[in-house]
Amino acid sequence: MFHWLEKHPFFFAVAVFVTIAFAGLIEILPNFAEASRPVIGTKPYSTLELAGRHVYIKNSCNACHSQLVRPFKSETDRYGHYSLSGEYAYDRPFLWGSKRTGPDLMRVGNYRTTDWHENHMKDPAAVVPGSIMPAYGWLFKNSADIDTAYAEQVTVNKVFAVPYNAEIPMADGSKSTVKLAATLDEAHADALEEAKVIAADMKDQDVKDAVAAGNIPEIVALIAYLNSLK
Amino acid sequence: MENRPLEYDYTVAKMFMLTTVLLGIVGMLVGVILAWEMAFPAVNTIAGSGLAEYTNFSRLRPLHTDAVIFGFTFSGIWATWYYVGQRVLKVSMAESKFLMFLGKLHFGLYLLVVVSVVVSLLLGITTSKEYAEFEWPIDIAVVVVWVIWGMSIFGLIGIRREKSLYISIWYYIATFLGIAMLYLFNNMEIPTYFASGGIGAWYHSVSMYSGTNDALVQWWYGHNAVAFGFTVPIVAMIYYFLPKESGQAVYSYKLSLLAFWGLMFVYLWAGGHHLLFSTVPDWMQTMGSVFSVVLILPSWGSAINMLLTMKGEWQQVAASPLIKFMILASTFYMFSTLEGPIQAIKSVNALAHFTDWIVGHVHDGVLGWVAFMIMAALFHMAPRVFKREIYSKSLMNTQFWIQTLGVVLYFTSMWIAGITQGMMWRAHDEFGNLAYSFIDTVAVLHPYFTIRAVGGTLYLLGMFLFAYNMYKTMTSGRRVEESELQSASPMGA
Repeated sequence: MFHWLEKHPFFFAVAVFVTIAFAGLIEILPNFAEASRPVIGTKPYSTLELAGRHVYIKNSCNACHSQLVRPFKSETDRYGHYSLSGEYAYDRPFLWGSKRTGPDLMRVGNYRTTDWHENHMKDPAAVVPGSIMPAYGWLFKNSADIDTAYAEQVTVNKVFAVPYNAEIPMADGSKSTVKLAATLDEAHADALEEAKVIAADMKDQDVKDAVAAGNIPEIVALIAYLNSLK
Repeated sequence: MENRPLEYDYTVAKMFMLTTVLLGIVGMLVGVILAWEMAFPAVNTIAGSGLAEYTNFSRLRPLHTDAVIFGFTFSGIWATWYYVGQRVLKVSMAESKFLMFLGKLHFGLYLLVVVSVVVSLLLGITTSKEYAEFEWPIDIAVVVVWVIWGMSIFGLIGIRREKSLYISIWYYIATFLGIAMLYLFNNMEIPTYFASGGIGAWYHSVSMYSGTNDALVQWWYGHNAVAFGFTVPIVAMIYYFLPKESGQAVYSYKLSLLAFWGLMFVYLWAGGHHLLFSTVPDWMQTMGSVFSVVLILPSWGSAINMLLTMKGEWQQVAASPLIKFMILASTFYMFSTLEGPIQAIKSVNALAHFTDWIVGHVHDGVLGWVAFMIMAALFHMAPRVFKREIYSKSLMNTQFWIQTLGVVLYFTSMWIAGITQGMMWRAHDEFGNLAYSFIDTVAVLHPYFTIRAVGGTLYLLGMFLFAYNMYKTMTSGRRVEESELQSASPMGA
């Protein structure tokens, strides 16, 4: 049979394709729907948080930081409860990372503050002596891209039925709603309101001035995102 | 018809040889910068704090991996395809204007993709998925380049004189099909600009899969991009170039059959080993783990087949630097394909995952196996393509030893770094509290990061020697005809 295949390239290619496609079908398909169901308390991202997530991706934070707490005592001691599949239901893309040059950030919102992040992003070694993380000064100058974040919200709401403007059950039995603005201008106004809350806890005068003038620096969006990781 | 050897046309092969050397240097140079940044963080602002955004570790890291994979390695794969393909199919590119046009188009569009990848990654335009960072416009261009290559493969096969496909061709076909399937499914994404009616950045997209599913598809891709980029086409090369250079017949046809079909079947299952102890279902993790161990069989099948090809001819290893490169490559292939399955065992993975041991594994595979084999292939091709003798054999030897030392420093330091850090993360004191803060586990790595940076720098130095040797061969090597070169392949191709 193999000798015959080697003389018939088309059938050879078909045989190879079937052989390699087989595993993917069996491993990926059966669990697809199950794995994408959110757990109670998982909310979609707000416009500002999503813009911050884009800043996180733009700077490849995931090259050094994981967002996946494995079910070991040493990990739950250090980072909190181990990760559950449904917690990632609104993560497009997933940001688990594959290398921990720095610590895991899955639940960093539980134990770091706006103030801490501000100081740390300006000069990591001043906050954590011995840190090898570089400073991220440009985040204080560049503006966050609220337009694209809003476009993504509209897209996932429309295409994947991500529940914006809908009641989401929380762990304590209450309900919570994440707003999707009706227009781009409204999205900007909402993001700015959120940004003001963050900026109020910050010290950098340029950032405060920018937010007061209606501009949102990348650092503000990034901190909003990091604070949402719980 | 008169009985004279075919005149093969290496125009396209030459083009890709050039980018192999150039992008190899670029990719590894960026890697060396990254290595020094980890050892000495001040290097992050080496071009001043104004440009820090473009020189800092996190922005450069995807550029390093993509330049080495899609730049260096794929250029190498195509350089060898446009050389080996003609020879084993016994047909010249010059016989078909169409195939020649496709080859040149292939190269031109590829250059365009390379430039747009470099620019977009430096600007931070990325999807964040490893080795699939490109946004949708580049993805479309990649697919076009890929389809053109496919047409070139099957076009050349279509007009072949040699009826039976040589082993190398099996592997090139598998590379084409495997990457096509993986790349398409992993990059399923929706451009937000169009879906939202014209809001925001036009190049931005959102993944079709979310969370755990996204991770599963990504590592099904990520692992197998390694399979079909770093293993399958490199095996294609060694099956051609080692017998050809040594004048020895491939040791066993049956073993190559077993290794090929085994590799095709087993490799795809193993992707789950990147997700051990994550939130993907346990049975998938176990499958990933088990098949990773099974994977030793086909991997070692090829490697042993290559080593046994040298049976009775081991003096060639001492005499020829080119054979040295290939024998070390297949040895590193065995080494790396043993190390991988060990890391995929669940209890070992609990320690190794997220640490530098994984980084070490990648690099003994890529530097020791992939890069050595590609350079060996180019060294074999150069005299036949440029009709000039290799400029300096002693320079080849020097390069070999400098780079071997570089790889050894690299993986040994990363082993120690990874295992040290993994042990420190999990250490508890007598009261059951964590024994070390995270920063303790970083500070301890400094000496290993420094050794690794030295190892990487040595390897890069070897790349410069390689480039110099190739350049001198092209321009001032002694003129030579192919018939004068030692070449007693059993295939006569």
